[in-house]
Amino acid sequence: MASKRTLTERLDAINEYDRQPVPDSRLQGPSSFAGFYAGEHVAGTEFVIGPLFVAQGVSAADLFLGLLVGDLLAVLSWTFICAPIAVRTRLNLYWKLRRIVGPRLLFLYNIVNALMFCFLAGSMISVAATAVGIPFHMAMPGLNDLYPNSLGWVVTVLVVGSVVTVLAILGFEEIAHFSKVASPWLFLVFVASGVAVLPQLGVTSIHDFWRVANARIWTGVPMQGRVHFTFWHVTFFAWFANMAMHIGMADMTILRFAKKWQYGLFSSFGMYLGHYVAWIASGILVALALLHHGQVAPGPIAYLGAGASGLIAVVLASWTTANPTIYRAGLAMQTITPDWRRWKVTAVVGAITTLAALFPALMMRLLDFVALYGLLLMPMGAVIFADYWILPRLGLRQDYAEWRKILFAWPAALAWFATLAACLLINRVWGLQIFFLGLPGWFIATGIYIGASWIQQRSAGPTLVEERA
Amino acid sequence: MKPFLKLISAVGLALTVGPAFLVFAGVMTWHRYATWMLVGTLLWFFSAPFWMKHHEEGPM
Repeated sequence: MASKRTLTERLDAINEYDRQPVPDSRLQGPSSFAGFYAGEHVAGTEFVIGPLFVAQGVSAADLFLGLLVGDLLAVLSWTFICAPIAVRTRLNLYWKLRRIVGPRLLFLYNIVNALMFCFLAGSMISVAATAVGIPFHMAMPGLNDLYPNSLGWVVTVLVVGSVVTVLAILGFEEIAHFSKVASPWLFLVFVASGVAVLPQLGVTSIHDFWRVANARIWTGVPMQGRVHFTFWHVTFFAWFANMAMHIGMADMTILRFAKKWQYGLFSSFGMYLGHYVAWIASGILVALALLHHGQVAPGPIAYLGAGASGLIAVVLASWTTANPTIYRAGLAMQTITPDWRRWKVTAVVGAITTLAALFPALMMRLLDFVALYGLLLMPMGAVIFADYWILPRLGLRQDYAEWRKILFAWPAALAWFATLAACLLINRVWGLQIFFLGLPGWFIATGIYIGASWIQQRSAGPTLVEERA
Repeated sequence: MKPFLKLISAVGLALTVGPAFLVFAGVMTWHRYATWMLVGTLLWFFSAPFWMKHHEEGPM
């Protein structure tokens, strides 16, 4: 009976389809990856992140240069850290991690991952609600709002969350296709709205842009209660905004279909279209809103830039990105409730997501949340990296948990929890902000995992080198 | 039929982004730009879904 299946069997059953490495016949060409990354990173949340940079008082030079460097570092992380392992193993994150950490630790990872996905999708529903609420004159949340600020907001979020959940139940595949269709149009809406409002900010020729950008958009003065962002903040935020995907290795699931590891470079389509052009465009929009003392929520600023099309863009961008996020959260959640039908799991995930969306904090503190999300999952990426590249060079065995049939690999667990504890300590003692913690955290996780694996394997029996001898 | 749909889609995208540059150049009002953009949006969404590839193998 299904209810008596072990936890391992439940997890495996859900991911059964992807158990084998991708065969050569299913490998994909460059255009698939360029399209995927461009679509994935031009989303509703881009309407929030650009404005938040303005709120954090970044200067124009720091923004343009910081994004240039940070996006490049992100692309290189996909290309040199995630893609080579994905292409060599042809396995998705689930199966690769299972071999290294054992199914019980993987279960824990899945739960954390699912909750993060719910909160991420929640922020997208919040973004969509700011557009849906405009025709009803809903009171918009401000940049410093953390809790629901009106009954109108609560009702709008509940309606939007319910609709998104019902549509996710009815047809994930159809919405995924629609997302692909919307992608090129959405990018152009960002470009158009940024360009069209420039004259209202005083830019009437290209020569005016830099002067106005410094004086009226990215002024270098943070809003009250906000940390001042420098070049380094922007660089590290842009680099680590998708930390879970590149050095956290989640995109092994995507890049295992690449013919060559160099296809990781196609992530530049997402970074430079979404995390450069779209962030700059939405920053321009919020500057205009602030100039007119208007509302700074995503819906109102998109309306300011592109009218009705802007509102459509906010709703579609949020909805089509929340949909796969809810789907992924559902996959992870299904390990807890294996006997539930897919619709029921999606409904529960949608309910959690909608409740999270009620709190504008998730949207207005998105920079912090995104940094936390990446940091929580990153250590497992470092574990995969060390296990694949470093352990064999030290005469230790890869995929040790699978070889020894270990259910809960303590070296990986120690690397995960001790890294997070160390990051917390660094934050509290030395005051290093969350945006920067991923870098020392990665080295700490790698070091702990190598040390702990050495102890585990040396004390347990013959090593790889001894076996070969 | 497909080439015709693709042409409509291309016009839709052009209308989505092109008028913004006319506003920047000072030869079109913001309201007219927003109207043309909406027309472009409708053209795109009523044509592109019918010719864009629906299912690809793999995760994308």
